[in-house]
Amino acid sequence: MKSTPGQRLFVLLPYLWLLIFFLAPFLIVLKISLSDITISLPPYTPQFDISEGWAGFKAFFAELDFENFVFLAEDSLYVNAYLSSLKIAGISTVFTLLIGYSIAYALARSPQRWRATLVMLVILPFWTSFLIRVYAWIGILKTEGLLNQLLLHIGLISEPLVIMNTPTAVYIGIVYSYLPFMILPIYATLEKMDESLLEAAEDLGSSRIAAFFLVTLPLSLPGVIAGCFLVFIPALGEFVIPDLLGGSDTLMIGKTLWVEFFSNGDWPLASAVAIVLLLLLIVPIVLFQKQQEKQELGR
Amino acid sequence: MAGFSSFAPWDEPEKKPLIEIKSVSKFFGAFQAIHDLSVNIYEREFFAILGPSGCGKTTLMRMLAGFETPTSGQILLDGQDIGPIPPAKRPVNMMFQSYALFPHLTVEKNIAFGLKREGIPADETAERVNGIMKLVQLTDFGKRKPHQLSGGQRQRVALARALVKRPRLLLLDEPLGALDKKLRQQTQFELMNIQETLGTTFVIVTHDQEEAMTVSSRIAVMNNGEIAQVAPPMDLYEHPASRFVADFIGEVNIIEGRSGTANRGGIALAWNEGSDDLRVISDATPPVGTTVWLALRPEKVGIAKSRPEGKDNAVQGEVIDIAYLGNITTYHVELPTGAIIKAQESNLHRAANRGITWEDKVWVHWREDAGVLLTA
Repeated sequence: MKSTPGQRLFVLLPYLWLLIFFLAPFLIVLKISLSDITISLPPYTPQFDISEGWAGFKAFFAELDFENFVFLAEDSLYVNAYLSSLKIAGISTVFTLLIGYSIAYALARSPQRWRATLVMLVILPFWTSFLIRVYAWIGILKTEGLLNQLLLHIGLISEPLVIMNTPTAVYIGIVYSYLPFMILPIYATLEKMDESLLEAAEDLGSSRIAAFFLVTLPLSLPGVIAGCFLVFIPALGEFVIPDLLGGSDTLMIGKTLWVEFFSNGDWPLASAVAIVLLLLLIVPIVLFQKQQEKQELGR
Repeated sequence: MAGFSSFAPWDEPEKKPLIEIKSVSKFFGAFQAIHDLSVNIYEREFFAILGPSGCGKTTLMRMLAGFETPTSGQILLDGQDIGPIPPAKRPVNMMFQSYALFPHLTVEKNIAFGLKREGIPADETAERVNGIMKLVQLTDFGKRKPHQLSGGQRQRVALARALVKRPRLLLLDEPLGALDKKLRQQTQFELMNIQETLGTTFVIVTHDQEEAMTVSSRIAVMNNGEIAQVAPPMDLYEHPASRFVADFIGEVNIIEGRSGTANRGGIALAWNEGSDDLRVISDATPPVGTTVWLALRPEKVGIAKSRPEGKDNAVQGEVIDIAYLGNITTYHVELPTGAIIKAQESNLHRAANRGITWEDKVWVHWREDAGVLLTA
């Protein structure tokens, strides 16, 4: 069957989209990361000059190098920023999982007629801008903030806790912001689970707690894995939360990138940081894709 | 078994039942699912609980399994009250209607699940799992996951998983409901063979009367949370205790009438003014003049074009429908009272033509001992 030009265009559209909005910018950033810093506009060299023809083309490529990447590897600041990001994203994912699983489990076990409303409440925060919600946490966590006032008032503490501008505040911010991404996939797997499986486990001699670990947990694993990836991947490159809540104490790669780009004006180095971050993220993304495919095949 | 063997522990007064259900009631909120129900189930029985949906049969089974507790009354197993014992600790296992196989475990691991929870050593577990897989003909499927099995195979895994625990009582909740008709009939006989081989007491819950008739030693017919009758299949069919049971098991003609005087071991039944009274042999002798019902099975009713000689009962009517089913033909005959009587004739000869067609005036006839006189 021959496809009409219209049909072909329709198929091409998503590719075109990816080409313009993903591949092209990526290549530009890659090119900048291989360039050198200079004081001009734009602040990097070489520039590609089409008027010089083939010779210009060759000269252009001769000037590109991996200097920035070598610098990233040598300067412990960047290595530490990457490691610190991995650590913060990892720990936040674990906390999000623990809290998210409990909430998803409670949702799945709640009476049928309440479930739609409860799921709605999980999604509700998305109606407010992400940025505003993070700002709201400043009001809660700062020294004279709501949390400290409450704790002082009920006499649990005698001096205000210092939470703002510490890693703790970043953990709180990430766990809070990404919780729905953990809850929803886990809830989806738990909700479709056949209740009689648990009764069967009990009938065959396991306690309710054992039945949870032997049946519920393994069957919800696809949701757990999806949730963890959905939290870990964006948390790794997170910028707003560490910037607003973490202060100068918190070293995260997103912040480092921002500083490199806007404060130091070193576009090539900032681009190199971005490229390495992308490479770091590709590993979990590919793993996630593999897992999703396995899920599809398993059904 | 269906009355063909001498296995009838319920008729032996000194025999102790395995399960005693003693005036059990169960409420869900204000709704009463089970009404003061009592029944005994004996060792090695294949006991069927039969009834329409919503009759409380599933609730009764779940109380035996331990997933529901009676609101009042007791359930004894070997004379011991099992009310406070949780499902995990009861020597009772259940085969679920949905089979409830663990989708993440292989057939072997599904079957071994219960033995592992008991803490049975690995070699004994393997031995027992292999043994039961042989019994249910699953030997080659041990490494498969449930979604790689057919419906019939899944049913056998569910059966094996429950049986491998060697329960005192095995509960089967609509075990064959998900299978197609051919496979269901074949599986019924497999179930009976397995039950006889192991000697385990089976309690099966079903809404399919044919299934209950085929497999069970006794059937409890339930209606509205009560047991309407408990009897072996043959008794249930030939001696139903009420119109509900007569109607629920098989096909039946019900003729309403007024009881007359008793003579020669039977009584007269006045059913239609201007017609002769019917003669019925009956164990029950209700007082003269009470409303009673005659339950007649269609296959015990004959049909003739002219008034048959020497028959105990003969009634004239008009053929309004003929259902030819191959092996039998059912004639629907309308009586002067407006009641429809179904008469069934076996087609013993090929293309048997009785010369009876629609709107013919015919006589339906039956013996005086063909029907059962019901007072309820």
